[in-house]
Amino acid sequence: MSVRNSTPGYVLAFFPTLALGVLFLVPFGIMASISVAHRVTGGFYEPGFTLASYWRFVSPFFGGILLNSVVLSALAAMLAVMIAFPFTYLLTRQPRRIQVPVLVGLLAVLSLSEVIVGFSWSTLLSRSAGISNLFVAIGLMEKAQSWTPGFYAVIAGLTYVSLPYATMVLYPALSRLDPELPEAARTLGASPLRAFFEVIVPVSRRAIVACLIMAFVYSLGSYLLPSLLGRPQHWTITVHITDQAIYQSNLPFASAMAVFLLVTALLLVGFTQRFLGEKA
Amino acid sequence: MTALARLYLFAVLAILSAPIVVVAGVSLNERKSLFFPPRGISLKWFEQLFTDPSWRGALINSLTIAGSAAVVAVMVALPLAYAIWRYNLRFGALLYTIGLSPFILPPVVSAIGFLSFWATVGLYGQMIAVILSHGIFLTTLPLVTITLGLRSIDPTVIEAAETLGADERAVARTVVLPLIAPYMLSGLAFAFVLSLNEYIIAFMIAGFTVETLPVKIFKSLRYGYTPTMGAAAVVFVGVAVVVFGLIGKFGDLPKLLGAWEKRSEG
Repeated sequence: MSVRNSTPGYVLAFFPTLALGVLFLVPFGIMASISVAHRVTGGFYEPGFTLASYWRFVSPFFGGILLNSVVLSALAAMLAVMIAFPFTYLLTRQPRRIQVPVLVGLLAVLSLSEVIVGFSWSTLLSRSAGISNLFVAIGLMEKAQSWTPGFYAVIAGLTYVSLPYATMVLYPALSRLDPELPEAARTLGASPLRAFFEVIVPVSRRAIVACLIMAFVYSLGSYLLPSLLGRPQHWTITVHITDQAIYQSNLPFASAMAVFLLVTALLLVGFTQRFLGEKA
Repeated sequence: MTALARLYLFAVLAILSAPIVVVAGVSLNERKSLFFPPRGISLKWFEQLFTDPSWRGALINSLTIAGSAAVVAVMVALPLAYAIWRYNLRFGALLYTIGLSPFILPPVVSAIGFLSFWATVGLYGQMIAVILSHGIFLTTLPLVTITLGLRSIDPTVIEAAETLGADERAVARTVVLPLIAPYMLSGLAFAFVLSLNEYIIAFMIAGFTVETLPVKIFKSLRYGYTPTMGAAAVVFVGVAVVVFGLIGKFGDLPKLLGAWEKRSEG
């Protein structure tokens, strides 16, 4: 499809490359330079070179943030993929007229602003309007109570936002699965459930690991849910970045943590694309 | 399809829609309180969304930013996707990856990057800064859909046009552009809906000067819940369902999301 003379191609690509370079790569450069700038208490920052912000990584405070971020995001990612995998598999076996409306719904939930998800989950888990009222009504509980803020509220919220994301990540791989695979297993006498666990899951290993990593990075990026549904000890690195940048006016430390998060995400996503990509 | 499988599909869909049902219920409360099921039915919170100056202002800001940002996203993505596809650019793969990355990285990282950039340039707090940031942040979506559209063009169609004497410009304008128009439109729509819902970048760049609807809801979460937030949420879900529904009706949603057509490709 390509033409031999590529000069017009470079001319054409110039504007978008410039836009991405100036508005996407340069900001990261500025961010990195701020991360080594001197902090001016109460003000902004002063250009310079100090590793003071990075030294704060070697502290129990940052260690705690990191541990909490990893635990919350990993747990949410695992739950989301566990629910999403059978769901996506079953969805891809449906006729188009069912698939399309379900995909529309999934995209709508996926694009839903985190502020709305946070609002609805905090309502759902609240005492006045929450599901505990439902449990009281059917006699499972004595009286309604509030389930937020708390560790499990954060897990519920993060799992909820990761679920449609995991579905979208799994969808291409699972829709390309050979439909004869489960049929063959069935012909050989395996029950549908056994065919699923012993044929479908093993052949999708790569897709599952890739999806776990992507969902992990995705829930690591959530700001609102840990800060709204959790207590300060449940705050993830993303919440602390925002807190430092906006409310503590410590842009150098916020930038240093953002650089750390950027490098971590790049390594994880890069690894996923390189070793777990589609064409393996 | 066994009954068990159907039950599972249905259960997951029910979980996914539960928060939306609650939010919709809350938005109908008659008094300024969040009860579910709602106590007394009233549509006044929806009315407030469109008549109250601060809510309406936020709504207008959101629509302006989302509309402009979606156009910026397509303007960046279209020439890039076309150049990579049509000319064997040496750095094509690298450029494509850079175009994909804003969307894959944690948004807070981009938000801090944009914040420091606009503060340095002196446009911190301006609407144009939010528009350009969203445009770049969301350019991934039209880049993916347009690339998909270009790849699905039958090469013989291009060859036929060239044989008939069409030059590069004429091929692009009369053959390629009409063929990829639906993919451009899908990319535009995706970027629009996502910009409408984005809050962390908007909040960091101009949270205190240009209030978008998600930023306003975000602030209300700190300073007091009102059923209007539920009404706004319902409107957002509605917009997303309509936009994606249209793509699903007139376009090939499974293909856009990465499914292969059965048998046509090997």
